[in-house]
Amino acid sequence: MRLEYFQLIDRIVELNLADRKITCEATVPTASTIFEGHFPGYPLMPGVLLVEAMAQTSGWLVVAATGFERMPFLASIKDAKLRTFVTPGQVLSVTSHLAHEGSGFAVLNAKIKAEGKAVADATLTFRVLDFPNAEMAEQMRKQADNIGLKIEARADG
Amino acid sequence: MSSTFETIANIIAETCDIPRDSITAESHAINDLGIDSLDFLDIAFAIDKAFGIKLPLEQWTQEVSDGKATTDQYFVLKNLSARIDELVAAKGA
Repeated sequence: MRLEYFQLIDRIVELNLADRKITCEATVPTASTIFEGHFPGYPLMPGVLLVEAMAQTSGWLVVAATGFERMPFLASIKDAKLRTFVTPGQVLSVTSHLAHEGSGFAVLNAKIKAEGKAVADATLTFRVLDFPNAEMAEQMRKQADNIGLKIEARADG
Repeated sequence: MSSTFETIANIIAETCDIPRDSITAESHAINDLGIDSLDFLDIAFAIDKAFGIKLPLEQWTQEVSDGKATTDQYFVLKNLSARIDELVAAKGA
C-alpha cells in the first residue's frame, strides 16, 4: 500500500474474467502518519481504508471486464462489515466478484481476509463511465501495469 | 403489463421506502416519486435481476439528452413496464 498516494492495492494475484472474480494483495505499511492519529499508542488500519481497498479491487475487475474502455466510480456502499482489527504490517487478501453488470453501473461483492480469517466485506455499486480524459486513462493503464494487471487478461474481456 | 407494473412498483416501494399506495401506473419515477439517479441504479439492479434483462439506461439517457425521446417514455411507470415487457419478449425471441 502507498497510503500517501491512496494506492491501497499492491498487486493482482488472480484475475478470472470467466468467473468475474479478482484477488488482490495489499500489505498494510508498518509506518504511516495515519497511525499517529488512528490511534496514538494503538495503531489500527482505518475501516474506511479497508472499504477503499475493496473498492479499488472491485474497480480493477470492472476496468478489466470492460477491456480497459471504461472507468468505475464508487457510488454506493451497502452492508459494509468491519469484522476485526487490522494492524500495521498485516498482509491482506482482497477479493471481489462482479455480481451484476448493468447499463452504466456494476454491483460487486467484496471481501478482505488476513491469514485466512474474514476481516471485512461489503456490496459496492459503481457508476461505469467513459474515461473523463485521455490522461486519466493513460495513468490508469500505467497503474494497472504496476500492479500486474496483464494486458492479455484484459483482452479476454 | 399489470404484473410487470406490480413488480416494479413493489421494487420501488421497497428500494426507496415510498408507500406502495402512492405509486401508480401514471407516476413518473423522477418527477412524481422523486427518485434520483443513484436510487434508480438500485431499482435498475432489482429490475434486471427480477426480469433477467439489462435495462438500457445509458441508451435511454442519451436519447433524452439528444432530444430524441422524453423522460415520460421511459420513466412513467406504465411506459417503463411496456419497455420491460418488450425487453423480456426480445430476450425470448
